[in-house]
Amino acid sequence: MQAAIRKLRRRRKLTAKDIDRFIESHTFPIVEGGSVTFVYRGEAEKVLLQHWIYALPTAQPFQRLAATDLWYLTVDLPENSRVEYKIEVRSNGKADWILDPLNPLLAHDPFGANSVCQASGYERPAWTLPDAETRSGRLETATLKSKVFGPRQLEIYVPGRFRGSRKYPLLLVHDGPDYVRYAQLKVVLDNLIHRLEIAPLIVALLQPGKRLREYAGHPDHSRFLVDEVVPFLEREFPLIPEASSRGLMGASLGAVAALHTAWSHPGLFGRLLLQSGSFVFSEIGSHSRGPEFDPVERFMNRFREKPGTPAERIFLSCGVYESLIYENRSLAPMLQRSGMEIRYREARDGHNWENWRDRLRDGLSWLFPGPLWMVYE
Amino acid sequence: MIILLGPQSPRPNLGEAVELLSVDGPFCVVTAGWQERSGETEALAEHLGRKLINLKLYERAERVFAEDPEFFAAHRRRQDRLRKLQGLYRLRLAPLLRTARRLFEEDANSDPDLLQGEQKSALEMVRILDRHHLTRLRQIHAGWSEQWRPLERDSLRRERRRIEKQVADCDAVLIAGGHVAVLLNRARLFGLQQMIGSRPLVAWSAGAMAVSERVVLFHDTPPQGAGDAEILESGLGLARGVVALPHASRRLNLNDRVRVRLFARRFCPASAVTLDNGSMLWWNGDSWSGNRAARRLTAEGRLAEVKDHAGGD
Repeated sequence: MQAAIRKLRRRRKLTAKDIDRFIESHTFPIVEGGSVTFVYRGEAEKVLLQHWIYALPTAQPFQRLAATDLWYLTVDLPENSRVEYKIEVRSNGKADWILDPLNPLLAHDPFGANSVCQASGYERPAWTLPDAETRSGRLETATLKSKVFGPRQLEIYVPGRFRGSRKYPLLLVHDGPDYVRYAQLKVVLDNLIHRLEIAPLIVALLQPGKRLREYAGHPDHSRFLVDEVVPFLEREFPLIPEASSRGLMGASLGAVAALHTAWSHPGLFGRLLLQSGSFVFSEIGSHSRGPEFDPVERFMNRFREKPGTPAERIFLSCGVYESLIYENRSLAPMLQRSGMEIRYREARDGHNWENWRDRLRDGLSWLFPGPLWMVYE
Repeated sequence: MIILLGPQSPRPNLGEAVELLSVDGPFCVVTAGWQERSGETEALAEHLGRKLINLKLYERAERVFAEDPEFFAAHRRRQDRLRKLQGLYRLRLAPLLRTARRLFEEDANSDPDLLQGEQKSALEMVRILDRHHLTRLRQIHAGWSEQWRPLERDSLRRERRRIEKQVADCDAVLIAGGHVAVLLNRARLFGLQQMIGSRPLVAWSAGAMAVSERVVLFHDTPPQGAGDAEILESGLGLARGVVALPHASRRLNLNDRVRVRLFARRFCPASAVTLDNGSMLWWNGDSWSGNRAARRLTAEGRLAEVKDHAGGD
């Protein structure tokens, strides 16, 4: 148990005012060294912590502090961890999953929001925050009349100080609009380009139609990118026509789509940024993740059989609190053996957008290095 | 008079520096470090409220290369060799700097004499390598010039004459920042150093680096690599006794006394001076002085004002 709660427990008689003072004098959850205490105040029959740390028991129960309405739970959390969670409050036969009322820190995703616990040592990187000094790029919208999928909207990031006389690398980002919304991709690109840590890039933000089908290693998707999106962008923007200046990026199923596209068209995309890829495979028998992963398993098994050389450089990352850590860990050495340049990074985080956001500098600056050492403006 | 400035964004102080020159005549400007944007000097002219003559070194070099493909190919081959040499230098530099850093982090209390002897020697190894690298660079440049005699190439001679005339008609020279290797390369190609002579000069960011004696590239916390400061080239040597450090607050851990100490001692007797936005450093003919935003890295690992400083610590 943490010092703060222990101190409170030692009091002989706890009043509502004592609890008020305790709440006012702390920020929550309380982080003390390697342990974190989650606190909830309110009448309930039971309070539970719902988190997304794979391998830890979920729905961990809080303890009530004496006869008060204060509930707490202390868990060990290694340094630099970042954990998303909700509090489950059970009363009158009802169970509500709520954001932590004492913690203003939230992370958003397409399903809503979660509270965020930042363990000791974790700090949100400065380059993920808007910077008034940074030259901002712009987002353009285009409609692509696809023979594969019909009309498709594309958002395109164009860097600040774009010049038609110059040629740019191209990056195609799966779930691009979500990356912008939940992983601050535009802010990150603006900052890293302004700081010269990455080259100015043209970035196409791809939005799938039927995501589970298209991103699960479907040939229509790779055809769409190779035969339609890339030629369209090459007509519209001055792009460097070389594999080393062409990249694919994606997270989760988006990483599968990126790897599948590069693998089925070797020599076209020289750079891959794959985050928490849903690289489900089976050595024997089958996977246990539901039928939507069947095509992923089929592709990954074929890929693992004959990986070939889908790209020159691949940056892989995965959170150690994800159920996919095994699949990603096992992929890294396999790719290394194939002679490609591979960087593999793990973080104490889960399968979420802020984990993917925090790894972008490491990945993008390696795949598309900027003129950091040479330019002093 | 020579004035060195930091980056001109977000608050430019070039106008203030130009006022100090007390020169009424026309100014010429070198923007080769801006590369393909080098023609875009409107904002600069507007800030200064005067007409500027853009020497267009970047465009002129492109023209020379297009007109003389044989010369261009030779130029590319030399650049490739220089890049390879830089890689080899980096390879040797990394362990030497790592060792020096480690020794400077040691607790000096146990046996100061013993430790200081090792620190001094480790630092001297780095300085010897830096000197060796500069010698090798000079050899490559000299060998190449002897073989290709750039000043005897028609297209280059023609452009050079035009630049000479433009500089001769100007009372002061401004050199902007940007890509320091491109800037230095184009300035060298056309022999800008001789043309400037003793004319009043204001240079900022990469411009300040290029006009000094040694161009030192630096970043303590790059996203990739160890962040070892390295010598790129000899500079034009117009600003002596100073190592220019533009964007120092963002690029260097100035609170890390070991890094600051090592940096200062490594380049001694030249003074390593921070040039952030708003910084100004001026040479009065005998010594350097600076405003409060320009700070000198000291051998003790601190930052100090620059006042009547001839270089060294």
